Amino acid sequence: MIELKHMCKTYKTSGRDIVALDDINLKIEDGEIFGIIGLSGAGKSTLVRCINLLEKPTSGDVIIDGKNITALKKKELLKLRESIGMIFQGFNLLEQRNVLKNVCFPMEIAGVGKKDAEKRAKELLEIVSLGDRAESYPSQLSGGQKQRVAIARALAMKPKYLLCDEATSALDPTTTRSILELLKEINQKMGVTIVVITHEMKVIDQICDRVAVIDNSRIAEEGKVSDVFAKPKSSIARELIIPQDRAVLDTKGGRKLRLTFNNHYSNAPVISNMVLECQAPVNILFADTREFEGAIYGHMIIELPKDSRQEDKIISWLKESNIQWREED
Amino acid sequence: MFSEMFYKLWDNNLIQMGIWETIYMTVISTAVAYLLGLPLGIILNVTDDKGICPMRWLNRVLSVVVNFFRSIPFIILMIAMLPVAKLIVGTSLGNKATIVMLIIAAAPYVARMVESSIKEVNSGIIEAAQSMGASNFQIIRKVLLPEAKPSLIVGAVISMVTVLGYSAMASTIGGKGLGQIAVVYGHQRGNSDIIWICVFLTVIIVQIIQELGMYIARRTDKRVRN
Repeated sequence: MIELKHMCKTYKTSGRDIVALDDINLKIEDGEIFGIIGLSGAGKSTLVRCINLLEKPTSGDVIIDGKNITALKKKELLKLRESIGMIFQGFNLLEQRNVLKNVCFPMEIAGVGKKDAEKRAKELLEIVSLGDRAESYPSQLSGGQKQRVAIARALAMKPKYLLCDEATSALDPTTTRSILELLKEINQKMGVTIVVITHEMKVIDQICDRVAVIDNSRIAEEGKVSDVFAKPKSSIARELIIPQDRAVLDTKGGRKLRLTFNNHYSNAPVISNMVLECQAPVNILFADTREFEGAIYGHMIIELPKDSRQEDKIISWLKESNIQWREED
Repeated sequence: MFSEMFYKLWDNNLIQMGIWETIYMTVISTAVAYLLGLPLGIILNVTDDKGICPMRWLNRVLSVVVNFFRSIPFIILMIAMLPVAKLIVGTSLGNKATIVMLIIAAAPYVARMVESSIKEVNSGIIEAAQSMGASNFQIIRKVLLPEAKPSLIVGAVISMVTVLGYSAMASTIGGKGLGQIAVVYGHQRGNSDIIWICVFLTVIIVQIIQELGMYIARRTDKRVRN
């Protein structure tokens, strides 16, 4: 288990102190895929680097498997890092080494014999479906292949934890999906606990069990992905779930309502029923449904007609129908 | 076609000796300059504020020393360092003394070259190595140097050509080589063809170093091979 307690990180600059993380408290359970989402500059990359102390927290504790690692000596810390794999947005492969040697690298660092290292590296390359590219150099690979090599490399020392810092942000949607599938497989088959940092909601809802939304150096919201998606409490979570938010809401016109559908309503023709029964036209500004653990969740933003009679009719219909809604401003 | 002097020099193997001495002084000086400059460049890089082992005071001190030697024109440095040559090789004259001067001038230059080559290594790769638990020493040996290798080779070529240029001034303190032949037999005795022959030979040597070095650098670099 990874526990962050009252963790703060402040960068000292000549002018003033910049707060990157402010009183972060998180518990990441063994075996789960935990997502941390936020806009760029929110502090999420700093946060993940505090887990393996690539960045030293200014205050607070990082507790891994019950041990406070901020108190470790340099040597112990280096040893600990072997059990925490990490992958990056820029892949960060050694460009002068071929794929096999890249995967061997962490084992070389740890002093594993060359023969054993190469044997393990070959197995890992099979797992990430790159068994035939062992002799290639990183410059000969596509982005997705590079990230697969990086994943194989991160798994070399059989880590208990895998930290992913925007691991799919440089990849196209199809490649992103396949990399995420690979991560999920690793989580399920090897039992590796995965921490995913991203700014994309689709990454969170594809693989994460729980999510923390970080905004302005603080954790704005945390919970099961389905709960956060269905009932986002913080404005930042709403913004991330519907990225077009602002543009959509900036249109001039009638009142705008956000409807949230749970599993039951997602399959019913709710809007059609509403329009037919209220005899009032509505404008659909945004609609999206997603699946979590077999249940479907949806969001929709509708614009009401300017006629106040029709407006009231729709609102009372919504109240009667037990549909969750709130007014957007 | 050539002056009498040329045939006299050629028949006495003086030109051939000149070529050899130029190459020999250049290669030895560059090699020793790297023995000193490579570690110095690494230290300059890693102790920088953005390096893997920031040590501000050490970085400042070394930087000042390097800049000090680099700001002195070679011809002045050569004269100023005469006692140092005497101390190290027992003489302040001839090829041996010249080599000492070349090393003193080239080592700080090499250090800066090495520093900037290493600086080109993607910081993400260094971070990845740190995330795996690599020590600073392992990062230097297994990441910084191998990843910077093509750039280091290019730097070595540039350094060697610079040293070759400096070596032409060796005649000031009684060193030999093509520079000395051009000055003594060409300029001072009024044989302009000797000067031009020396120019031509120097250009050829530089070309060979340049082309060979770049070829090796290209062959080493795995980034572009597709």
